Amino acid sequence: MPGLPKHARAVVIGSGIVGNSVAYHLARLGWRDLVLLDKGPLPNPGGSTGHASNFIYLVDHSKEMTALTVESVRQYQELEVFTQSGGIEVARTHERMQELTRRLASGRSWGIEPTSLVSPAEIKQLVPYINETILLGGFYTPGVGVVDSLRAGTLMRERAVSSGALHVSANTEVIGLEVKQRRISCVRTTGGDIETDCVVVACGVWSPRVGRMAGADIPLTPAVHQMIDVGPVPQFASAKSDIEFPIVRDMDTNMYERQAGGDLEIGSYAHRPILYDPEDLPSVAQAALSPTEFPFTQADFQPQMEHALELMPEIVGNERVGVKYAINGILSLTPDGMPVLGESSDVHGLWSAAAVWVKEGPGTGKTLAEWMVHGESEIDVHASDAARFHEHQKTRKHVRSRAAEGFNKTYGIVHPNEQWATNRNVRLAPFHERERELQAFFFEAAGWERPMWYESNASLLDEFGDQVTRRTSEWESRWWSPIINAEHLAMRERAGIFDLSAFTIFDITGPGALTSVQSVTLRQMDVPVGRNVYTPVLSPAGGFKSDLTIMRLGEDHFRVVTGGASGMSDKKWFRDHLPADGSAQLQDLTSSMTTIGLWGPRARDILSAATAHDVSNDGFKFGTCHSIDVGTVRVLASRISYVGDLGWELYVPMEQGLLLWDSLWEAGRPHGLAACGIGVYGTTGRLEKCYRAHGNELETEYNVVEAGMSAPRVKAEDFVGKEAHLRHRVEDPAAILCTLTVDDHTSKSGEKRYMLGREPILTPDGKRIVDRKGRGSYVTSAGAGPSVGKHVLMAYLPPERASTGEKLEVEYMGERYPVAVAVVGSTPLFDPENLRVKA
Amino acid sequence: MKILVCVKRVPFTGGKMVLNADGTALETRHLGFTISPHEECGVEEAVRIIEAVGGESVVLTLGPPDAVEQLRDAMSLGIDRALHLQTDAGEWDGQATAGAIVGAIHADEEASGPFDLILFGNESADAGGYQVGLRVARALGRPCATGLKGVKVDGSSVRCEQDTGAGRDVYVLPLPAVITVREGLNLPRYPSVPGRMRAARKPMTTLNRPARPEPRLELVRLAVPGGAGRKTQRLGTGSAAAPAVVEMMRTIGVV
Repeated sequence: MPGLPKHARAVVIGSGIVGNSVAYHLARLGWRDLVLLDKGPLPNPGGSTGHASNFIYLVDHSKEMTALTVESVRQYQELEVFTQSGGIEVARTHERMQELTRRLASGRSWGIEPTSLVSPAEIKQLVPYINETILLGGFYTPGVGVVDSLRAGTLMRERAVSSGALHVSANTEVIGLEVKQRRISCVRTTGGDIETDCVVVACGVWSPRVGRMAGADIPLTPAVHQMIDVGPVPQFASAKSDIEFPIVRDMDTNMYERQAGGDLEIGSYAHRPILYDPEDLPSVAQAALSPTEFPFTQADFQPQMEHALELMPEIVGNERVGVKYAINGILSLTPDGMPVLGESSDVHGLWSAAAVWVKEGPGTGKTLAEWMVHGESEIDVHASDAARFHEHQKTRKHVRSRAAEGFNKTYGIVHPNEQWATNRNVRLAPFHERERELQAFFFEAAGWERPMWYESNASLLDEFGDQVTRRTSEWESRWWSPIINAEHLAMRERAGIFDLSAFTIFDITGPGALTSVQSVTLRQMDVPVGRNVYTPVLSPAGGFKSDLTIMRLGEDHFRVVTGGASGMSDKKWFRDHLPADGSAQLQDLTSSMTTIGLWGPRARDILSAATAHDVSNDGFKFGTCHSIDVGTVRVLASRISYVGDLGWELYVPMEQGLLLWDSLWEAGRPHGLAACGIGVYGTTGRLEKCYRAHGNELETEYNVVEAGMSAPRVKAEDFVGKEAHLRHRVEDPAAILCTLTVDDHTSKSGEKRYMLGREPILTPDGKRIVDRKGRGSYVTSAGAGPSVGKHVLMAYLPPERASTGEKLEVEYMGERYPVAVAVVGSTPLFDPENLRVKA
Repeated sequence: MKILVCVKRVPFTGGKMVLNADGTALETRHLGFTISPHEECGVEEAVRIIEAVGGESVVLTLGPPDAVEQLRDAMSLGIDRALHLQTDAGEWDGQATAGAIVGAIHADEEASGPFDLILFGNESADAGGYQVGLRVARALGRPCATGLKGVKVDGSSVRCEQDTGAGRDVYVLPLPAVITVREGLNLPRYPSVPGRMRAARKPMTTLNRPARPEPRLELVRLAVPGGAGRKTQRLGTGSAAAPAVVEMMRTIGVV
């Protein structure tokens, strides 16, 4: 065998489904001189691919995961390693039946067809050996199937090799990664060194260990998934292929059962979380089976056996059907359940393709390769971005506690607003104690504890009476309070004070700062000092990479303020676009500054009571920012609003946050100032004003024109995505972002129901709405609009549906509700002339 | 009929043996545990005999608390109940092990009648001492045959077959008797799921910390012999590899 190349365009480490796929797609996109390494033998080097159950369910509530899965299935089919079997998620409880209607809706939103709800009798017809008497129904997806992931990987690897682009070296372990000036420079292996400036870590459960060689964090933990194989099953005696009956997911017991040739495979996510450290994994030689097949721990599986017996007594209860194989299979879990994809924020040229399961493997390989070659991928994977993690989220404790908590939610009924229970209170605002005194109900954002609402505001419910919509349904009342709407009304009538500590804040400074900031923003940044500018940040293809606010604080000084969720990805994007000559620097101020929002018609009265500075409309115009003194606190005040009312964002050093809070609280009391939670900021206030949010309305899949956010002119300066944006401005948009309101909330049972977001928008006769680019219409955001007296939804609609008054339907929990287009484009529903913000 | 089968919890090793820091034991951090293939056949034989003639089968082990796992495994295959001579860590030599087992056998026989047949694996998978079965037979004063590949209970005797290489020696022992068996005696079954579930409810008697006599055998140090571990030799690819394959078959004596 020839030795390893001395140089490579890119080195892919790990030859599981992900590494093979990344290597193949890099070759397909034209990269040459690629090297693929694995420390194990081929075709099964001993990672998680080798013991995967290999079945693929298509529908996930996450749009991103569904898109990666659908693309993967397309590739598996093209490789002829996909066997369609169908799959049924079965329900034993009424709560689960309701969840299955949600899954049906998600399937419609993401375009998975056909899907249907099936009765116990229909399940019995599809799966003759099931005990349908314990079931209430199921969610059937005929497109579910099984793949041969080892063969798929082998085929992709061989294609890349035969194209002459790839050198493969098995039994070659990486023993070091060299980094020079924050850039990867060399891969050291047991077979020699390879110089390269591009490395892909596709090492599955070993990824953290390999990342660490370069000083980079890949936050995941190896965890156990138990699986047994029983056989021979008489019912499968005449099986001609690996699978001929639908795969069953027994959702309420966190288990699955699938035919595997003449056997039945039973898997579980029900047992206690069993986590390991990457260092705990044995070597290939040392492992009894493979390094990721750990000894089965029978005691953990005992209840699962009873559940399997209940569901499939004819097979599982057969004394002659034996447990032939049982493992604690090791797979990857991350603290937020999403993969870790993309370039490391620690080391340039070090790419992660980790925490990816077989069902999304090839789609991920293609996505990462596109990202590496073109700078962005067709599928928006911002929720999987390897750069998304804040520092505390990379700690062992955080990774393990959240992975453990998330494990048993694998088949769980997870509310869209569900909060994590573990590892809370890790980032606290300086006025956190005040918020506790006001009985805040905290949600978490990027580790920050943020009040969603304040129980102490319950008295506002009486004040606003019928203007506050109550919810009777348990599902929509979960993680919600009518107090949010009451706080909203108090803000609209008087004023509200908001904790905005979760903002990510960074400064770009230096002689090259302006050019640098200009290069990544759609809007003109060469504005007078003291101006703030809200701007989209575009991807190369003109989609939304992000949206954020930038304040010009000096000729060479820009302060970028963005949300906590996307903050770290945004920071990397800005840092990656700093001038190469070092003429501008980025400094993260997130933990140095805290932010308080003050909005409402009385905001000016309150602020002027606290400061000697002129905060009149003439003295402090909308869209400007400058220093004011509030007592002994020097505050950077920025007149801007995400809730559609007069007011300011007030930035102060962290240690003076409490002082500012107290000063404003004191000044606000005579004016009826209310503490307002993020429910008002992020949902009710925002939606009434039709303000867009990243990750909801704004994704790379949609462009500025479609989002209704084009400005009359485009700046002369160059910026990422400009060419595409100019093109979008002259084409007819394929979809237009609209605001809809719900005409009737009454369900068949007579209860009023309120959509929470991500539901499909349908024609009046219940058909999916798909634009000419193939994108389905779904609810991007949903929430109350207390001041407009409506439940507000946003959705992209094809132009022919995007007209005011257009009657459509939204599917929610298995029923359809009438909706109407209220606004086409970005005109606010509330205060359309923006008189309030400019008051 | 009442049958006892004795088993020992041993590591389920991978290709490469790794010793602990002071070289006195296998490093078992990554390993599961099992019983030897001989003992698996002993368990299977005990289950088959009781299935055929009726009675009670009992499994016994001397080992750490975790050895419960091996007892439950045996019960999931059809053994009726278990006796656990629970020890602290530390190796017991053959003499000490046999002594403790004899004590347990006496106690059980006093309580619920004599064992007609006592089965051991021919030797343990780890220490390989070939001691315990013989010593127990001797202490109980019962006849013993070892290394058996065929066992047939016939009324009040047991017919035992021993491979000699050129054929089989046959012994007929009067019951009660002690025998040690070898892999290949039968094809052990897989546990069924109902068997697994029944095993969890079957009686397990724990006999805490049997007195351990002063060891007369001292474990000084273990060493992994050179060349141990899985090795792959690539003989070639495609049809060109055929002559090398034939040559290798000749070398290992299969053609």
